[in-house]
Amino acid sequence: MSISARGVTKRFGSFTALDNVTVEVETGSLTALLGPSGSGKSTLLRVIAGLDTPDSGVVEIGGTDATRLPPQRRNVGFVFQHYAPFKHMTVARNVAFGLSIRKRPKGEIKARVQELLELVHLEKFADRYPAQLSGGQRQRMALARALAVEPNVLLLDEPFGALDAQVRKELRAWLRRLHDELHVTTVIVTHDQEEAMEVADEVVVMSDGAVAQVGAPQEIYDNPVNEWVMTFLGPVTNLQGALIRPHDLELSTEPSSDGLPATVVSLTRLGFETRVALEADGQELWAQLTSDVADRLDLRPGASVRVRHRGPAMQTIAS
Amino acid sequence: MADSTPQSGSRVTRYSIRFVVLAYLLVLLVLPLILVLRRTFEHGINPVFTALTSSEAAHAFQVTAIVAGVAVIANTIFGVGAALLLVRHRFPGRRLLDAVIDLPVAVSPVVVGLALTLIYGSREPVGGWLTRHGIQIIFSLPGMVVATIFVGLPLVVRAVAPVLEEIGDEQEQAAYTLGSSPWQTFTRITLPSIRGALAYGVVLALARSLGEYGAVAVVSGRVVGQTQTITLFVEERFDNFDQASAYSAAFALAVLAVISLLVARRLRPAGTAR
Repeated sequence: MSISARGVTKRFGSFTALDNVTVEVETGSLTALLGPSGSGKSTLLRVIAGLDTPDSGVVEIGGTDATRLPPQRRNVGFVFQHYAPFKHMTVARNVAFGLSIRKRPKGEIKARVQELLELVHLEKFADRYPAQLSGGQRQRMALARALAVEPNVLLLDEPFGALDAQVRKELRAWLRRLHDELHVTTVIVTHDQEEAMEVADEVVVMSDGAVAQVGAPQEIYDNPVNEWVMTFLGPVTNLQGALIRPHDLELSTEPSSDGLPATVVSLTRLGFETRVALEADGQELWAQLTSDVADRLDLRPGASVRVRHRGPAMQTIAS
Repeated sequence: MADSTPQSGSRVTRYSIRFVVLAYLLVLLVLPLILVLRRTFEHGINPVFTALTSSEAAHAFQVTAIVAGVAVIANTIFGVGAALLLVRHRFPGRRLLDAVIDLPVAVSPVVVGLALTLIYGSREPVGGWLTRHGIQIIFSLPGMVVATIFVGLPLVVRAVAPVLEEIGDEQEQAAYTLGSSPWQTFTRITLPSIRGALAYGVVLALARSLGEYGAVAVVSGRVVGQTQTITLFVEERFDNFDQASAYSAAFALAVLAVISLLVARRLRPAGTAR
């Protein structure tokens, strides 16, 4: 089901968490609310779920006004950052909770729980308690619990924030596959731009309680509306007063080639990529090269190079 | 460890502190209990049995059971409610409520008893109105229950509130998003999460209620066979030189207290871990 939040404002005391925010989420899409901490993304998610009440504005789920509905009547699946497992219940009873509240027949609950535990690969852990699970397993349990009630929309608040990098990457890919299988409208809150770009169909960039930009991941990465969005979405460097992506810089050691003359200051190798710190006209900038290109150029600190911005036009942004 | 603290002075200090603490406990706590025990059984078990099964003693036990029972039930309900209010809600006067809950610890039970008499005494406005409508509070069970509730008031709240604070409200919010009503959330999520701490608080409140003397002494009127609790019974028998009964009942009270404390100790770790 689609979600529509229009003109939502939420204040906590003197702090404005959401300032007249409007966000539309299409049926069946996976939308990321992306922003730094304090940008209002989690508050917006909680307002959609009914866990926070907006001071003004309207929230519609599936076309019906849900602004005044308590969370228990919105039929949303919510996954908390720290999973909020029911500690006194086994994994199976955690997953069954929503169904037992709805007083479904025992046999049906059992079958559905089994099915969900298989979906999240926890069938062997049904009788364990949350304290006996790893972070990633708890995360998947929380997801199964939220999915059990066949929610209209699935809301995930920094779902991978508390996991280590490796598990986070695996779960991210798995979530994307899961979404492609289930097609449930999903909103994921994250502060990690890579995560948002990887899993989402649409990204809503938020800053200071307002929407900065909305679009497909590639679209907002290539065409950021302002300097802040560009900086937030990926690495940037400054070439003759223009903000550009360091991977759009081309280096050449041919003295005759065109481009800005620069001196290599230092090199940092990170596996396949090499970061080259440069100085041109007394200004510092850096370029991101693949390591094989850096090797072919045989760059050394102190070497003279020419720097050129690749691509159709330089990304100039008025600051 | 003794080698790592070579100064003999500190060792002497440590031992002397230990000695003082143990001696203190011995003289004030253990010795009196042993003496009560000895006095109780100085003529064997039969006089104790006789004393405890006399109709007056039996009645006093019954009154204590009723008063303590009702007071504990009331304090359990109020305690959980007040703890939820204090931890989960922000409202004007919250800090005042927080402070007032501890008042019974600070105020002498005798003062509590006198205060209740001033409100509910048959010559006071409120008490007079109630008396005219056939409800007697002072010199009867209701007053004794109210007095006992008052002295046990903070125990459940103070046992439950820190655990509520610690578990946070995310589990409750998760339950709401899964369709659970406030009452279902309370019975299925909140209550099981605090059950250890709650049981601990209830046992403490029960022990306190069983042993209450001062407030009850004032409001009960000490009518033998009617409003006499077991603590009042001990005192009355003692004053009437019936030491066998007094010591037997005192012994019974002490046993109940020790059992309560043992139960409370067992519940304590569960209360903090969950």
